[in-house]
Amino acid sequence: MKDISSHILDIVQNSISADADSIQISVEKNIEKNILKLLIIDNGKGMDKEFLEKVSDPYSTTRTTRKVGMGLALLKQHAERTKGYLKIESEINFGTEVKAEFELNNIDRQPIGDIAGTIVLLSAANPEIEFTYNHIYNESKYSFNTKEIKSVLGDMEISNPAIRKYLKEMINENISEIEK
Amino acid sequence: MAKIKTLADLKKMKNDLQSKVNIRERADHPDSYVQIKVGMATSGIASGAKEVMDFLIEALEKRNIDAVVTQVGDMGYCFAEPTIEVHKPGENPIVFGYVDVKKADEIIEKYIKNGELVEGIIPENYQNIDK
Repeated sequence: MKDISSHILDIVQNSISADADSIQISVEKNIEKNILKLLIIDNGKGMDKEFLEKVSDPYSTTRTTRKVGMGLALLKQHAERTKGYLKIESEINFGTEVKAEFELNNIDRQPIGDIAGTIVLLSAANPEIEFTYNHIYNESKYSFNTKEIKSVLGDMEISNPAIRKYLKEMINENISEIEK
Repeated sequence: MAKIKTLADLKKMKNDLQSKVNIRERADHPDSYVQIKVGMATSGIASGAKEVMDFLIEALEKRNIDAVVTQVGDMGYCFAEPTIEVHKPGENPIVFGYVDVKKADEIIEKYIKNGELVEGIIPENYQNIDK
């Protein structure tokens, strides 16, 4: 995975497989604390304690096409390589929270990547799911919520190419604004 | 300082768009357009499937091809990622492997437009792929 957006795209697939209809993604940068935090919270079917304990082990997987699931293992490795960590909490029938913390200025910390494109892709590909993206930079925050977007768009779909382009620009502009 | 887009701007843009473009009612006629599924599990993402998906969406729109591009989970061909399944109306879906942007372009021009088969097809044992 070459950037954090790719990890997000990957881990969110888990939330989707768990039948979540509400997924919250947060990327937080804190310059003073030198921390980059990634949070993915879903209201999917969750995991029991037994599976949760082994979930970041590649050999524990719900995949049916093969016996190895690399997503969480890769994220864990990346976080730990930057002196960070991966923490997963889950409750059956309630949801799951995946939290990854990285040292912000660590040389091994991957770039964020195309976060706007990733959020738009997820929103457009999964119209039945409500996505919230929070971008936090020190004390400033920008939030993108698909429910709000849909109420503005009415019957026009997020997957409409012109809308996708516009939303991507909108997210990027707002992120640049708070990171000034 | 440039003006930053807000939700109010989005609404205005949507209204402009609606008055100009004829929105195709795709949902009611799944047999009339090309359906493309891009494998987007861990191996797909790591091999660049997102870039391929972005390219497909833009290129199909530019070339005026009626198509819907969606992402799916693992199709089971991790050794050949990125993989895409192309389902032309009236034909069996075909899965292509090792699809980079260049190959995606070839698939659009040769297979989707002209029906010419392109190298890199992964033979299937079953009709269609469910998530």
